[in-house]
Amino acid sequence: MPNSPFTPGIAAGRLSEAELAGNFTDLHSPLDAHQATVAADRCYFCFNAPCVTACPTSIDIPLFIRQIATGTARAAARTIFDQNILGGMCARVCPTETLCEEVCVRQTAEGQPVEIGRLQRFATDLGMANGHPFDQAPATGKHVAIVGAGPAGLACAHRLAMRGHEVTVFDAHDKPGGLNEFGIASYKSVGGFAQAEIAWLLGIGGVNLRQGQALGHDVTLAALQADHDAVFLGMGLAGVNALRADGADRENVLDAVGFISELRQAEDISSLAVGRNVVVIGGGMTAVDAAVQSRLLGAENVTMVYRRGRDRMAASRFEQDLAASRGVRIVTDAQPVAVHGNGAVREVEFGYTRTGADGLEGTGETFRLAADQVFLAIGQRLEGAPDALALQDGKIRVDENGATSVVGVWAGGDCADGGDDLTVTAVAEGRDAAEAIHRALG
Amino acid sequence: MADLSSEFVGIKSPNPFWLASAPPTDKEYNVRRAFEAGWGGVVWKTLGEDGPPIVNVNGPRYGAIHGADRRLLGLNNIELITDRPLETNLEEISRVKSDFPDRAVVVSLMVPCEEAAWKAILPRVAETGADGIELNFGCPHGMAERGMGSAVGQVPEYIEMVTRWCKENYDRPVIVKLTPNITDIRRPAMAARNGGADAVSLINTLNSITSVNLDSFAPEPTIDGKGSHGGYCGPAVKPIALSMVSEIARNPQTANLPISGIGGVTTWRDAAEFLALGAGNVQVCTAAMTYGFKVVQELISGLSQWMDEKGHSSVGGLVGRAVANCSDWQHLNLNYVTKARIDQDACIKCGRCYAACEDTSHQAITMSQDRVFEVQDDECVACNMCINTCPVEGCMSMEQLAPGTVDKRTGMRVSAEYGNWTTHPNNPSVQAAE
Ligand SMILES: Cc1cc2nc3c(=O)[nH]c(=O)nc-3n(C[C@H](O)[C@H](O)[C@H](O)COP(=O)(O)OP(=O)(O)OC[C@H]3O[C@@H](n4cnc5c(N)ncnc54)[C@H](O)[C@@H]3O)c2cc1C
Ligand SMILES: Cc1cc2nc3c(=O)[nH]c(=O)nc-3n(C[C@H](O)[C@H](O)[C@H](O)COP(=O)(O)O)c2cc1C
Ligand code: SF4
Repeated sequence: MPNSPFTPGIAAGRLSEAELAGNFTDLHSPLDAHQATVAADRCYFCFNAPCVTACPTSIDIPLFIRQIATGTARAAARTIFDQNILGGMCARVCPTETLCEEVCVRQTAEGQPVEIGRLQRFATDLGMANGHPFDQAPATGKHVAIVGAGPAGLACAHRLAMRGHEVTVFDAHDKPGGLNEFGIASYKSVGGFAQAEIAWLLGIGGVNLRQGQALGHDVTLAALQADHDAVFLGMGLAGVNALRADGADRENVLDAVGFISELRQAEDISSLAVGRNVVVIGGGMTAVDAAVQSRLLGAENVTMVYRRGRDRMAASRFEQDLAASRGVRIVTDAQPVAVHGNGAVREVEFGYTRTGADGLEGTGETFRLAADQVFLAIGQRLEGAPDALALQDGKIRVDENGATSVVGVWAGGDCADGGDDLTVTAVAEGRDAAEAIHRALG
Repeated sequence: MADLSSEFVGIKSPNPFWLASAPPTDKEYNVRRAFEAGWGGVVWKTLGEDGPPIVNVNGPRYGAIHGADRRLLGLNNIELITDRPLETNLEEISRVKSDFPDRAVVVSLMVPCEEAAWKAILPRVAETGADGIELNFGCPHGMAERGMGSAVGQVPEYIEMVTRWCKENYDRPVIVKLTPNITDIRRPAMAARNGGADAVSLINTLNSITSVNLDSFAPEPTIDGKGSHGGYCGPAVKPIALSMVSEIARNPQTANLPISGIGGVTTWRDAAEFLALGAGNVQVCTAAMTYGFKVVQELISGLSQWMDEKGHSSVGGLVGRAVANCSDWQHLNLNYVTKARIDQDACIKCGRCYAACEDTSHQAITMSQDRVFEVQDDECVACNMCINTCPVEGCMSMEQLAPGTVDKRTGMRVSAEYGNWTTHPNNPSVQAAE
């Protein structure tokens, strides 16, 4: 008998191939030309539009939407790429409900924003089908090293190449893309988009990718500095926070990012095993992605447990609703106190919390959830940053231009202090650091 | 990459998009920001003669017509020419022109219909270093009551006379701005040419009342219970302006007279259409007033994308491309027969085509129980109304009947020959000639 959501323990193939394929298609289907025209027509072309301010990369949104409305989507794509070279990925993964669309005046007026994200996807899909739109400036003879081929590193590399510098990107993984390739939920970036986008981005020329090159193992900061005119660090957050609770070392207590990465890399989703009862600990986007994808793989019961109230969750309301609509149960104000089981996890024990005088405290009341698998999504942390760099709140300290405490070394994206940990923020910081490096190289 | 640079009566600008003489060009602050935003040129807000400045009404001066979603389709105004001192404007014009040498700065003028008045102002304008002047013979309200603006533009002899004065007393290009509030636009255009004008620009605004307040029974915008007609512009006037531009471009006597196209230019496409009908450049007012100076970025990117896609390399090469295809009705081919077609896969079954055809006259679309709409070729006269009302772009189209096939409506075979009204058997004058 084939497996089903009710198969006890951890099992692969809980759903049919067809169900799985349906579950992992595009979360937001692309707009066709007619839908895009109708959607674009709703934009008021606001002056100093709030959406532009809300976009970390400051894409000129009213302009690109007007360009779609007037039938010139390629020009629209150019407007987007001028500010955000990963505008294609951002169109898919940005939590627009807390960025541009949240502040759309039509959200204020009617509770229904202009569909900026989907319009951006429409324009960028067409634009990317048209080849790479930028040229390299004449070669400056300068050479910049970048660590990390995630959105921060890629955006930085592209802008430096545009300015005529030669760039080499050193990345620890076997594939470039960072979390675009290994982290973003499958239903946000379907059809191998991450790699296709990188191939298109490299169309600028002058960027060499060197995979399997980890800073601290294969290369050192000192060596990079010696061989290059500047260094940019976009190494993300390679470490995951550990669970501090009794029994946290039991089998099948896993890191959510690893689970998501496995899912993204799986050739055949039906071979991926998932528990009948899954517990996800955390309240951010990673927690939602792990929980939703567990359900989509066929887990019967998926519970996401967050230690504070709903309003404090890092996952947006839209993400929370997405989780709920996929059958994820969200429990708030509870923190794990122990992981029970005999070798492998069987149950997780939680204690209810409240905000006391000294912050979060337990109420003393506890409950248990059955669990075949536990996914920890309680935050990532910086790992492998060179010792020479000053840190701030556990991340690399940078100034407003991304310069670190070490002269000639810049940093951006998740590894750098300041800004939200979002793809679009990483792009903005990588791009701006590139401009700062360009100015410094004079 | 298409070359958008433009040369109009010898005046160079990086693109063919100029701001028309109106509030957006009424002062240095605006014009600087417009140039920074990318506009190729400006026609400065109309200057009047030296002396106490013009006064405007102090109540509302604009009225508007909106389409769905409050999209502004037509704008009406009762504003007069600049209400700032002449000297201030002239100083600002000199400064802006010297700071933006690559942009076109043309000065619009309107002074009384006396030679002395023109002789007084022209040297002062020349001193600013502006690239040329535009004679405002178009403003239809207020100034017209004082014998200026459209009061001049409606009398071809006056146009010719004043244009001549200007050509005699000013050595840079003179552009004559025409009023559409006349019956035959070719007459004032010919008068301008006879007076020696380097170019005409059109259209200025159309006499209009946008609305009537049904509580106070007064036209809007209302000033203390009364309203006067204003000048109408914006997207709604584009078809009128296009037709007038084409009339001048087609007229053999004015065919070589450069035209600056104005009236409802809102997107790059509108601009391209004006160019195709013979305008050497375009001027924009309402779109900039509605959306701000930034719209020029879409005009620029849109025109270049389209030119690249179609392989048009220069703006000059586009000018007048559609003129030869502007014809009189009597020369249209009556043997060109088409029928409406509905793409059933694209149809969303709204039934708008059915209502339009059924009630327009022709009853050529049928509707089945399950809302399948079909064109009946034996009734379809190819009027196009169904296509105009269909909300799905590309769902409906016109298909030409191949010569030799039978038109089910007339029962006649479609002829491969060109045949127009002048030779049609039903034309009484053809029979009379026999
Ligand atoms: C599960 C998950 C889901 C997410 N979903 C979203 C979402 O939907 N929308 C959104 O906007 N954001 C989302 N984020 C956040 C977003 O992915 C990150 O903010 C973004 O990827 C940060 O980009 P980055 O370039 O700084 O780092 P990363 O994308 O982490 O890239 C870092 C790169 O550096 C490399 N690297 C690391 N250490 C070394 C080293 N020592 N030497 C060499 N190379 C090294 C890595 O291999 C990697 O390629 C999500 C994050 C996670 C974890
Ligand atoms: C408020 C307003 C004031 C105007 N003032 C002038 C003027 O002083 N001189 C002039 O030649 N035209 C004036 N015009 C007419 C415009 O220059 C232009 O010819 C007309 O608005 C049509 O272009 P549009 O449809 O792009 O607005 C004015 C138009 C408006 C809306
Ligand atoms: S647009 Fe400006 S000047 Fe005009 S009414 Fe509004 S606030 Fe007053």
